[in-house]
Amino acid sequence: MERVWNSREISRAERLRRAALRLGAALVGKQVAADHVVELLGAVIESGDRVCLEGNNQKQADFLARALTRLDPAQIHDLHMVQSVLALPEHLDVFDQGIASRLDFSFSGPQSGRLAKMVAAGQIQIGAIHTYLELFSRYFVDLTPRVSLVCAQAADAQGNLFTGPNTEDTPAIVEATAFKGGIVIAQVNEMRGDLPRVDIPGDWVDFVVQAPTPNLIEPLFTRDPAAISEIQILMAMMAIKGIYAEYGVQRLNHGIGFDTAAIELILPTYGESLGLKGKICKHWALNPHPALIPAIEAGWVESIHSFGSELGMESYVRARPDVFFTGADGSLRSNRALCQAAGHYACDLFIGSTLQIDLNGHSSTATSDRIAGFGGAPNMGADARGRRHASPAWLRAGSEARQGRTGQHAMPRGQKLVVQMVETFREHMQPAFVERLDAWELAERAKMEIPPVMIYGDDLTHILTEEGIANLLLCRSDEDREQAIRGVAGFTPVGLARDHRLVENLRDRGVIRRAEDLGIDQRQASRSLLAARNMRDLVRASGGLYNPPKRFRNW
Amino acid sequence: METLEFALEGRQSVPDFEAILVGVVGSGNLEVLVERGPDPTRCTYSIHTSAAGFGAIWAAVIQSFQARHQLGGVAVSINDMGATPAVVSLRLDQAAASIPRLA
Repeated sequence: MERVWNSREISRAERLRRAALRLGAALVGKQVAADHVVELLGAVIESGDRVCLEGNNQKQADFLARALTRLDPAQIHDLHMVQSVLALPEHLDVFDQGIASRLDFSFSGPQSGRLAKMVAAGQIQIGAIHTYLELFSRYFVDLTPRVSLVCAQAADAQGNLFTGPNTEDTPAIVEATAFKGGIVIAQVNEMRGDLPRVDIPGDWVDFVVQAPTPNLIEPLFTRDPAAISEIQILMAMMAIKGIYAEYGVQRLNHGIGFDTAAIELILPTYGESLGLKGKICKHWALNPHPALIPAIEAGWVESIHSFGSELGMESYVRARPDVFFTGADGSLRSNRALCQAAGHYACDLFIGSTLQIDLNGHSSTATSDRIAGFGGAPNMGADARGRRHASPAWLRAGSEARQGRTGQHAMPRGQKLVVQMVETFREHMQPAFVERLDAWELAERAKMEIPPVMIYGDDLTHILTEEGIANLLLCRSDEDREQAIRGVAGFTPVGLARDHRLVENLRDRGVIRRAEDLGIDQRQASRSLLAARNMRDLVRASGGLYNPPKRFRNW
Repeated sequence: METLEFALEGRQSVPDFEAILVGVVGSGNLEVLVERGPDPTRCTYSIHTSAAGFGAIWAAVIQSFQARHQLGGVAVSINDMGATPAVVSLRLDQAAASIPRLA
């Protein structure tokens, strides 16, 4: 029998035909009436399909997610869901209702507790937990979606999509689906005759549905400066003086917590006082963090490419096109896949936070009763093994790691700076340093093949706590490394079990550096160093262009 | 509420000084009052904390602070509302930086 070479094309045509038949007058061109969306999904989705639901870090295809939960599991079941973020209850409801059974994903923040329970109960089979870039890559290899349900701000009658500032995952999802015989359905907030710009060409999109309510979107990157503590300011001072200035870091990515917000907010004050303007922090892979406004306004920042946008930053971004990537319409164009690649290959430093670090420097945000996933941190927080261009920061880190080593390590090569910035105790006196990561227990409980480690110890170059900086690049043995970590672990059990003599020796070698070793006066660590002390100051710093979401308007 | 008392030896006796108050009593924070103490060879610590059961960590924090500064003739009173050891150490160091020392 002769092999059929276009089975996906045939299947696609059949699905489109079914949709036309069942929808009748509810389908006009590519436009489907909102009250027929469940029929549409029922017509184009088949049991066992791999379905990509656009659950992003920020924007959510929430209307389509709800519609998916209303399918009849007797007709459609065993879907294989692929999506970067599990954010909405509906993302797990499809498993509860027997419509989907298998899941490949990246991050599950708000649903992490329920996900762990459902995995334990056998309701969900997890393929793997990925980083964003890794999951997008698999969309083009062995996890290509058959049907994708995406989200945009507006569409026209031809199916062209305007995403607005939160383009996020949409281009990666649509490209993988549309060019491999799949079907793309977009929910949009409005139908327009004239789109401000085209983010996704119409011939990659099969159906558009105007949702009855605008899609959900979360301001995940807004940190109120009023909540930044003096310890965070002290740590931020050490980051700037002990790492950024030391290595001359010009290209970087920041995590999303208050620790890194503190760094952003003291660049124009403390950084300025050290004469560092122009010498560090010029280029960023970063969402439009409101906390960076004072540094941008003070002329520190040359460019920012973003994974997504941030609610309230629209007008500010529009007014600073030299800094941000914007479209012909003036608004931000973000792209999670490309920004993850940029952060991985073109940045010299990643600094973020974690829940637990062990004595080998492995860190994880997993706890035994939550499957939280990774998001983008592992792409940012990993040495780019494929990198070949040099920069001063990268070369300096590489030479510290290679100093005095022989054989294959004698070849000159740089290394990415990967910094974990943690207070030794988190809230409720939970130690950030542990002998054994909870990830091991989670892996056993959820029957994972490997413990979910966010950043591996061999990628981590520095640990920064209120007690000081441990430079792991300079460690030459497992014992060095263990004592370097204990030596900044404060009064946690791990820190108390340090060998004081070895720690003092590491301090003499510059492996451990305390605030006083860096010439930092702890009395200076006060909130008066913050270039903006509250949300209102951020608005003022933006010249009134930043418009914080209501929940942050606390004045 | 728990009360802890420590008295540790210190070589560095200090001249007369006005009482020093740093920090505030608020959630996750603490107030440190540093005054002249009766015994020039010792520093006393009196701690009132809202979080019971952390005596061993308090002992470690106080010993580490005393080892760094070697205060003698000083009385330290702490009113704690669940501050982390990081905040406690920062406040103590801030207070110590304001104590006049004998040359």
